[in-house]
Amino acid sequence: MDTLPPLRPSRTGMGAALRQDSALKHATGEAQFLDDLPEPPGLLHAALALSPVAHGTLAPLDLAAARAVAGVVAAFGPEDVPGRNDISPSGRVAEVLFATGTVEHWGQPLALVVATTRDAALAGAAALRPQIAPLPALLSVEAALEARALLMPPQVIARGDCEAALAAAPRRIAGEFRCGGQEHFYLEGQIALAVPGEDGDIALHSSTQHPTEVQHIAARVVGCDHNRITVQCRRMGGGFGGKESNASWVAAAAALAARLTGRPVKLRLSRKADMAATGKRHPFLYRWQAGIDAEGRILALDATLAAEGGHSLDLSGGVIFRAVTHALNAYDVPAVRITGLACKTNTVSNTAFRGFGGPQGALLMEDVLFGAARATGRAVDALRELNFAGGPNGADTPYGQALEGELIRRVWAEARQGAEWERRRAEADAFNASHPTLRKGLGGFALAFGISFGIMAMNQAGALVHVYTDGSIRLNHGGTEMGQGLFIKIAQVVAEVFGVEVERIRITATSTAEVPNTSPTAASTGSDLNGWAAHQAASAIRGRMAGVAAALWNVEAAEVQFAEGRVTAGNHAMEFSELAHQCWAQRVSLSATGFYKTPDIHWDPVAMRGQPFFYFSYGAALAEVLVDTLTGEHRVTRADLVQDCGRSLNPAIDRGQIEGAFVQGLGWLTCEELWWDQAGRLRTLGPSTYKIPGSREMPPVFNLRLLENAPARANTIFRSKAVGEPPLLLATCVWNALRDATGAARLDLPATPERVLAALRGG
Amino acid sequence: MTASIAFTLNGRHRVLPPGILPGMTLLDWLRAPVAEGGAALRGTKEGCAEGDCGACTVVLEEADGGRVPVNACLALLGQMHGRAIRTVEGLADGTPHAVQRAMAEADATQCGFCTPGIVMSAWAHARQKAHPGGGDAHEALAGNLCRCTGYRPILEVFEALADDGTLPPPLPPAASAEFAASGQVFHRPATLAEALALRAAHPGAWLLAGGTDLGLRVSEHRETPPRILALGGVAELQALSVEAERLVIGAGVPYGRLLDALQGLEDLRPLDAYLRRLGSRQIRGMGTLGGNLGTASPIGDALPPLLALDAAVVLASAGGERILPVAAFLTGYRRTALAADEIIRAVVLPRPPPGAILACEKLSKRHDQDISTVSAAFLLRLESDRVTAARLCFGGMAATAARAPHAEAVLAGAAWSEAGFDAAAAALAQDFTPLADWRGSAEYRLRGAQGLLRRLYWRVARPDLRLEVQG
Repeated sequence: MDTLPPLRPSRTGMGAALRQDSALKHATGEAQFLDDLPEPPGLLHAALALSPVAHGTLAPLDLAAARAVAGVVAAFGPEDVPGRNDISPSGRVAEVLFATGTVEHWGQPLALVVATTRDAALAGAAALRPQIAPLPALLSVEAALEARALLMPPQVIARGDCEAALAAAPRRIAGEFRCGGQEHFYLEGQIALAVPGEDGDIALHSSTQHPTEVQHIAARVVGCDHNRITVQCRRMGGGFGGKESNASWVAAAAALAARLTGRPVKLRLSRKADMAATGKRHPFLYRWQAGIDAEGRILALDATLAAEGGHSLDLSGGVIFRAVTHALNAYDVPAVRITGLACKTNTVSNTAFRGFGGPQGALLMEDVLFGAARATGRAVDALRELNFAGGPNGADTPYGQALEGELIRRVWAEARQGAEWERRRAEADAFNASHPTLRKGLGGFALAFGISFGIMAMNQAGALVHVYTDGSIRLNHGGTEMGQGLFIKIAQVVAEVFGVEVERIRITATSTAEVPNTSPTAASTGSDLNGWAAHQAASAIRGRMAGVAAALWNVEAAEVQFAEGRVTAGNHAMEFSELAHQCWAQRVSLSATGFYKTPDIHWDPVAMRGQPFFYFSYGAALAEVLVDTLTGEHRVTRADLVQDCGRSLNPAIDRGQIEGAFVQGLGWLTCEELWWDQAGRLRTLGPSTYKIPGSREMPPVFNLRLLENAPARANTIFRSKAVGEPPLLLATCVWNALRDATGAARLDLPATPERVLAALRGG
Repeated sequence: MTASIAFTLNGRHRVLPPGILPGMTLLDWLRAPVAEGGAALRGTKEGCAEGDCGACTVVLEEADGGRVPVNACLALLGQMHGRAIRTVEGLADGTPHAVQRAMAEADATQCGFCTPGIVMSAWAHARQKAHPGGGDAHEALAGNLCRCTGYRPILEVFEALADDGTLPPPLPPAASAEFAASGQVFHRPATLAEALALRAAHPGAWLLAGGTDLGLRVSEHRETPPRILALGGVAELQALSVEAERLVIGAGVPYGRLLDALQGLEDLRPLDAYLRRLGSRQIRGMGTLGGNLGTASPIGDALPPLLALDAAVVLASAGGERILPVAAFLTGYRRTALAADEIIRAVVLPRPPPGAILACEKLSKRHDQDISTVSAAFLLRLESDRVTAARLCFGGMAATAARAPHAEAVLAGAAWSEAGFDAAAAALAQDFTPLADWRGSAEYRLRGAQGLLRRLYWRVARPDLRLEVQG
């Protein structure tokens, strides 16, 4: 599977800065999200009853009170589930759709009420009076660590004799800090619509990043073969990981009610219910000790990363895996032991969120570098350069995969140069010496982010391409569109293969009926995997078409070229559509599936070593902040980003991904604070209390460069690189800038004005 | 007396058939299927149902050509009587509107769910930006959240917008009205006398001003109160006069109109800047001073400046009027001195005396459209390096917005010095024992309040310096 001939300039093919496929329809309001679809006749609306306590023994729920509410058609609890009351994405541990026996977190679903109107369903759910005898609740990582409550065995990545290296190091330093979770806050909340058909079929519309898992879990809950459930998703109003596993149980609940009532059922969570009942980014607690030399080279590091997993495993295993594999980030430490823990708490089960543990993992070395800078009196950015992987230092990660040290240094150097770092450092120092209340701070960050799913089997994708006799093309693949521009990118791949304009390609909704057994659109792999799969499918058809043309013209098939909507060989030429018709006339198939699996990756889960990533994406960022020492208020006043996208498939889409991810990361690290009360109730349940960035949080000077002349070395689709997640981590530079401004030894995250003011006052 | 809700929707006159609940939200009605009496216009989205995300933004077109973005999730259908509403579907005229094309061409949409609301805010801003004080793109966008783009391309669209010059559609007449359906009665009086009579007759009815707070009970908590007395149509409550020494602000004047009136009033510039952080343009398009006083929230943003300027509340009943200082009107946590037959008619806001220093401050996790952790308003008088009077008023520090008597005592009469302000800041600990919640710990509220007071010193001492991180 080698790439096509070198890229040709193309209006709509590879490298063209095309818009998101639905951009104009978004702006006119014509783009239909799931809740905008016309109601099927007889539609019922569903609402969830949620646990009002964090942990307790649940008496069997009396659903009569819900059924008595006017308009309520039915109410279902765990005993009504015809299949299994199990929504575990891994399928290896029990995770229930409806609590039974014990409630494990505030906001846990207890029952589903369906009614002729949504208000009646909500009223029915509110009428329920669950009887729960409270039990002691674990509400923090610390409490879970003390109780030794873990969701799975520790994941440890180690290299060398860490203890001996620590003992031998000239200096020992240590630290502890924490970062918070993050609510996805997709603007479109979780929603599913289940429409029953013949013979137990269910057409399941779901706002999901993972249609196949929706299919599997709905089938498991309903108790039917996978082939009875068809899952479809045209677009999501944002996903960010929040619709990877959490969409599945929402859809399964709708499917359950559709099966039991025989009528279409829509379940749309209110914002509050969504924030109460669905998982978030994992908060982490970090404890580390390191051995350094007099220059600040880090020789040994022993760190524990304890994640708050919530009440069940969900995807925590994968999140911890990515955290521990990214804990050294772009740096080399010769002797190291990283221990990742998934702590069990009586909170909502935390889940995938853009970066998937990577952002949390990468915070570790920043804290270590600041500790080393304090201990040696050197600038943290000098230590950054001293400790980069590669060059004079080792290039291998502790799990044995090599980083590209020259790319790390290149993105870092380009970011510093573009940001005029030295000059602005002097300006900031002068400002700080003169202003009575404000302080400027500067912070940098460099990134190496591994691309591939941690679970090897997930690194596969399928596509289905049809060419019709008028030369129009229909494209389907396993990837989902959540706004990230995947559909247009894959359409560009297919346009490139056929040498046609992208307008000839009909983009279609993701469906388990068209491409089965897919992986989630996650881990930044959407265009890598589906791009190749679509390329395979399109290339298969193109090969057959070339054969037909070659026979017609009596030339070699290899001489047949596809470009600019035409097919040519020497002096021969015809329209692409004409050749399509010729193929049909000659009874040549114009339909093909494509399949791709990522090559060259492997992982030994016992040794915790291998090549888990197809390649790494690199980036660097520098931020300047302004901090008010009177109040702790702060603002990012400038950011300079350099991101490695390989040879970008679509620079407009990639720019949008990078900027959006950076601001989302900035929100995680600064203003977005999830706040639970002492009873374990989440009290920040909507945008009035949970503050995602607004437009003024965007840095007023926001410079971005895609790394130039850096095609991926791995055989990625057209030598592009993934872009969904890595730039979120670039926002870490904001944390570092705030640390610079405050001079604090410890600054926990999110760095709200309150935490910054406390840090300014010495913690 | 009109019995049917009538408004202009996307330029067309609509009279709703009987049977439609007048207390349902505009958003629910817009999205409801035609078979259920709705408009089946689903470009307008529900993102939060609490007036914060802006995905449901629609625009009210005013007779003078003004465009007021509002949250359709908080606006009740009965409130729309006599108004002209434009939704995202009403912009395109065969081909997409220039604003819609600009959003698409700038890569200002990714998932697209927030986009219709942003398009409507943009369309309103295109006109508003030409008005004094209306040009800030951040301010225009503060009521719209986007989780995908990071805002850069959206801001560029907002900054480049041009007014399309379209004329407002005809507005239907808005006489006194009463709508009843499904056991709910919605009164929409047009005169104060009618409103007072209804208030006396139905003291248990929801007293609805802009509805930006009360509307949450419908949009989020799905309540259907049996009776609503909506004051938005009462002409007397819309009066606003700017006098030499005071402003008399009708209780029903939306903040947006109040801000228009503040333009050019140098002495109230701090209030102008402060009120631009109250909610968003959508909230300020509906929300009123009267409503903020009526709900008496301890974090009501309008209250500290009213206290600092010693504003008074004019309370009307069928029997006449009485005037209470704001401090006497606020009697406790969400409690006021409003009698069961009274309506807040107006707020009398004295202007700062010549030479006095007014400062208004707000601390929140996010600069724009966030509820205050601490809010403050200060009025100082100085004579020859001595503080002669100080009114220091805070929100978020106690069960009601309140003055800080200990700190005021330290400052009043003291020599002008940083040390004097430090001492006054220290005295705040005697004035307040703040609560802890998700917006801030008790300690942060106190430290933050102290910081705001110390900032006042620097505002006066170093007028040459920028003292906020924003700006």
